Amino acid sequence: MMKIENLKASIDGKEILRGLNLEVKPGEVHAIMGPNGSGKSTLASVLAGREEYEVTEGSVTFNGQSLLDMDPEIRAREGLFLAFQYPVEIPGVSNMNFLKAAVGEMRKHRGQDPLTAKEFLALVKEKSALVELDGQLANRAVNEGFSGGEKKRNEVFQMAMLEPTLAILDETDSGLDIDALRIVAQGVNAMRSPERSFVVITHYQRLLDYIVPDVVHVLYKGQIVKTGPKELALELEEKGYDWIKETVA
Amino acid sequence: MEILDEITGKEYEFGFTTNIESDKIPAGLNEGVIRLISQKKNEPQWLLDWRLDAFKIWQNMQEPEWAHVQYTKPDFQAISYYAAPKSKPKINSLDDLDPEMRKTMDKLGISLDEQKRLNGIAVDFVMDSVSVATSFKEKLGELGIIFCSISEAIQNHGELVQKYLGTVVPKKDNFYAALNSAVFTDGSFCYIPKGVKCPMELSTYFRINEGGTGQFERTLVIADEESYVSYLEGCTAPQRDENQLHAAVVELIALERAEIKYSTVQNWYPGDKEGKGGVFNFVTKRGLCDGYKSKISWTQVETGSAVTWKYPSCVLKGDYSVGEFYSVAVTNHFQQADTGTKMIHIGRNSHSTIISKGISAGKSNNSYRGLVQINPSAQNARNFSQCDSLLMTDQCGAHTFPYIEVNNSTAQVEHEATTSKIGEDQIFYCLQRGLDEEQAISMIVNGYAKEVLNKLPMEFAVEAQKLLAISLEGSVG
Repeated sequence: MMKIENLKASIDGKEILRGLNLEVKPGEVHAIMGPNGSGKSTLASVLAGREEYEVTEGSVTFNGQSLLDMDPEIRAREGLFLAFQYPVEIPGVSNMNFLKAAVGEMRKHRGQDPLTAKEFLALVKEKSALVELDGQLANRAVNEGFSGGEKKRNEVFQMAMLEPTLAILDETDSGLDIDALRIVAQGVNAMRSPERSFVVITHYQRLLDYIVPDVVHVLYKGQIVKTGPKELALELEEKGYDWIKETVA
Repeated sequence: MEILDEITGKEYEFGFTTNIESDKIPAGLNEGVIRLISQKKNEPQWLLDWRLDAFKIWQNMQEPEWAHVQYTKPDFQAISYYAAPKSKPKINSLDDLDPEMRKTMDKLGISLDEQKRLNGIAVDFVMDSVSVATSFKEKLGELGIIFCSISEAIQNHGELVQKYLGTVVPKKDNFYAALNSAVFTDGSFCYIPKGVKCPMELSTYFRINEGGTGQFERTLVIADEESYVSYLEGCTAPQRDENQLHAAVVELIALERAEIKYSTVQNWYPGDKEGKGGVFNFVTKRGLCDGYKSKISWTQVETGSAVTWKYPSCVLKGDYSVGEFYSVAVTNHFQQADTGTKMIHIGRNSHSTIISKGISAGKSNNSYRGLVQINPSAQNARNFSQCDSLLMTDQCGAHTFPYIEVNNSTAQVEHEATTSKIGEDQIFYCLQRGLDEEQAISMIVNGYAKEVLNKLPMEFAVEAQKLLAISLEGSVG
């Protein structure tokens, strides 16, 4: 699915990722944990193609192609989805129109015919139920005036609509209360399949009670310093990130 | 973002000219020219006297310099003030039109017979200074609605023209209004009789065609008591190297309980990427809410012209009268726009709303200039103004000049203003969902302008959305 080798990236001349390696196979769920400033969100941004980050070394292969050579919209159409930590508001643009355009581009890229209005609405109904998103939100402007929880649910709803092969969830649990967390996790779990992989970036173990990962990685100073089974997350929670810092030192 | 420069280079899509022989008088302006225009148009004596009076006033006026724009002043002696297509057809059927003109209309996407059948819009097409096609006249005639060129109105409805011409925009109002009053050659006239709701959108497409010919249209719309009309005005101009002057005057009059909705999509040639060429658009548009509960609503989408100077205004004379101004003004490259409105409250309980959305790109300058004036008689008057500016680059400018004069303590006036830069985060969010950059910008900008676009009639709204997208392609930086 995706293979990252010796990835180095910097912003404004400051190196954030310092030779990161990661391989995600189809159907796997990987959790990436780490203290603040370890490079978690940078990794998500680099993979999605934000241009303020400069990749100085390394490679990323995505479904057999070089991900770093693709424009951000092509990465998306090839099946890479990023659930944003801070979803932006786009005033005046309805969620529906936004998704209709996005779904249209995905289908065009895959050589599929566009959905009819009826098919599209049916899809919206089916997918919005996954995250218990009420019909009202679908008709409002993209994220405008949404609560923190609604924004995150909207991200998962969009993910369900776009059916990516690889979804990166960037601190999707931040700012969520326990009910919203459960709903978001349900949505993600419903989408798990042998063909679809997830990279779940989180600061806290809490989310991983709901989305159970196959592998847990610890990111520190721009490198993955420890990899283990799901129990690693619990150990981290118990011992804190200082334990990692000491181990690495 | 490199693709930006590449697409910003998009040339004006409607830059083409039509070869039609013109009956054109030599350049220059003096009393003799005005007499000649009036004579060619077979006008009554009162109108000739009116024109000559306006000319005298104009000669004693100075070109205004207060607007936040810079340009080379036009040489008024280098302009030809009259050009009429030589073969002036009497139109019964659209098939009688000069094939060249038909082609022009097709390029503009307004094949008249198509429109006639599909859209139910009566189109009064102004090519140069003489209108050559007016459709749907019969149907409107049955309701007593008069919709024709102002020249025809002068011939056939002289008393109405004489009664209202210059009552909202007097000859001495300003430099360009005086000039227009002296030399206007054509324009549109519309009269809606008492109690009649005009069943279709009345639409006029303007087009500057003859090189070096200034256009001085005169539009007069009168809505009699308890009537309603929605009037659409749209413009595209062919590409020209020299600057072209466009100084129109539009007067609206709404009597008791009447409503006029006036929508404009303006796309005059803005000049090339270096700021060369382009139309000067110095327009005076004003509406008079003359009666109790009368209403005038201006909606405009401005994407064209090199220099724009335009303030569609409302004089709220009637008690409980309502004035509205909804505007989206886009400037790109070296375009300059100084636009806004004036709401003059005279009547008791008169209300006005101003929503202005400026979008600046390239190295352009976009100014909002608005006056809200509450006169002592305007008991309980209310105004709400919202002026937003969206910046697409670091090199463009957005300016807001709100003037508020309140002379009645019962009035309520609210003013809100915001300035924001188009968000790279917003664009990236769209890209991550598979949209390309052009789609993203088009979507974000249309969302920003939605409040105004929603006020446009359906057919126009679609056109306006496309226009916004075309005008701003690849303009973020």
